[in-house]
Amino acid sequence: MHPILAQLRRLLFYLLGWIPLAGMFTYLLAVPGNLTWFEAATVSFVLCLLYAFVCLAAWYPCMATPLERSTISRFLFTHIVGAAVASGIWLFAARILGRMLAGLDEFRGIDTRLAQDYPLIFGTGVLLYLLAVGFHYVLLAVEASREAEARVMKASVLAREAELRALKAQVNPHFLFNSLNSISALTTSDAVKAREMCILLGDFLRRTLGLGEKAAIPLEEEMSLVHAFLAVEKIRYGTRLHMEETVGADALDAQVPPLLLQPLVENAVGHGIANLIEGGWIRLKAERRDGDLDIVVENLFDPEAPPRRRSGVGLVNVRQRLEARYGDRAKFSTSIDGSTFRVSISLPVEVQERVP
Amino acid sequence: MTFEAGRKIRTMIVDDEDLARQVLREFLSAHPEIEIVAECANGFEAVKSAAELEPGLLFLDIQMPKLDGFEVLELIGANRAVIFVTAYDTFAIKAFEVHAVDYLLKPISAERFNAALERAKERLSGKTPSVPLPAMELAASARPPSQYLDRIPVRDGTSVFIIPVSKLDYAEAQDDYVALVAGGKKHLKQQTIASLEAGLDPSRFLRIHRSFIVNLERVVKIEPYGKDTHVAVLAGGVQLPVSRAGHARLRAFLDR
Repeated sequence: MHPILAQLRRLLFYLLGWIPLAGMFTYLLAVPGNLTWFEAATVSFVLCLLYAFVCLAAWYPCMATPLERSTISRFLFTHIVGAAVASGIWLFAARILGRMLAGLDEFRGIDTRLAQDYPLIFGTGVLLYLLAVGFHYVLLAVEASREAEARVMKASVLAREAELRALKAQVNPHFLFNSLNSISALTTSDAVKAREMCILLGDFLRRTLGLGEKAAIPLEEEMSLVHAFLAVEKIRYGTRLHMEETVGADALDAQVPPLLLQPLVENAVGHGIANLIEGGWIRLKAERRDGDLDIVVENLFDPEAPPRRRSGVGLVNVRQRLEARYGDRAKFSTSIDGSTFRVSISLPVEVQERVP
Repeated sequence: MTFEAGRKIRTMIVDDEDLARQVLREFLSAHPEIEIVAECANGFEAVKSAAELEPGLLFLDIQMPKLDGFEVLELIGANRAVIFVTAYDTFAIKAFEVHAVDYLLKPISAERFNAALERAKERLSGKTPSVPLPAMELAASARPPSQYLDRIPVRDGTSVFIIPVSKLDYAEAQDDYVALVAGGKKHLKQQTIASLEAGLDPSRFLRIHRSFIVNLERVVKIEPYGKDTHVAVLAGGVQLPVSRAGHARLRAFLDR
């Protein structure tokens, strides 16, 4: 379908564009003196209205002769022939119009007088057609660039979706292996505690099940996941692990991506507490401020600890997920202050209406 | 140290988690030929106890406070049987490069544990040749190029020093040792200068002589010395010899 005929609005704009052309053509017809201004204007506007539609046909030769993939000879041949044919049609229309008008009193004898202007009409027809060819090439280029833009947009949306899928939050398997090893130790020394740990681990795993598929969960749910995780780690680390948390009551129903805090707390345990002989603390703060949810996770760490060989995988995952989901609207930063490691997150609050 | 019939194998367990040590203790209790001489919860303790107690067999966790398992092994020397015990399978290749007897993954099964112990006994009785010194040298040269050392642990008797490589001024080869000079203090480490060189970032450290590696940030100037040789003058005024090859490397580095 022709892009201009496809929308009425576009067609109106196109015809509006022809009004100055019709004005100029009136002038050209009146100047030689064969026609009066009134006759020239009448002939010009009728012919231009007709020719506006004839020139739309230039779209097809333009499509068939793309600028970047056609030889010059073919390009010239196509459009010169096109211009001659279009202008021929126009001339023929002028002749018919002349005869029809000649029957009216106001235009008596116009057909013979108009015949003297045939070379002028034909020449103008060729030029107007070539103008239409140029216009259609511009149109084609605009369409192509719009299509390319749409393709790029679509590709970036697809890439982001793929990225989100790949970043799907996962439970660190080493946490499982270590916990299972602890359970294995307890089975002979303290069967009751072994069972307790099995239940805690089961509780944690059940909560994480299917979480990766969800886009968001209330902070409250994420916190209970953190608690289930810490309950297991408490058995492994005993008194070395201290957790302090301050979560504002109004923050609990804010929606957060699942497994946002658990990896941060796991990181604090693995890179902080695990390297401290006497153990240490982890502090978690979450509060709503204006339209944002501010979260800070701090932990004590040993600046001289051996470099962990898989450091920061969890943190990088959280940062990338925030970026993919919120773009510039979320902030993620880490800082070190003496022997305190701090992760600060700020993300826009989204609250889901509770079903009563 | 080798295993002799009738003598118990002096064994150390190193893991920062009490429960993880408990599993190993339990498995070992089924083997009367084993004597647990120490249980350590961190790397410093492990190096200290190993120096004092001379164990023949070690069960070593990898990720621990203070020093990791590989650093502990580097400091206590490789002429003992070491079995790594960890939840991570990513260190297995490196573990065998440093001639670990075996590599046990948590949670540990009794069968797998016993198989590892058998291998350790074979190693200690000399049936399979134990590879003495160059263990850590292989480890250093096997390190992927992007992963250069950022600290060097050094043992002096039972105490351990950690030298961050940024504090290292220069290193000098002395027979089987290298002398590491940092902040005017000298620490001896049983290592060859070539393996140390392999572990250091070549954009920060340069071998300027058969026996010297220098921290390029410390070099103030290079002066000619004699006909073909030069000396490098460091920030503290120390002068180090620069060989002809070393001078060429230095020039190549400066031209880059």
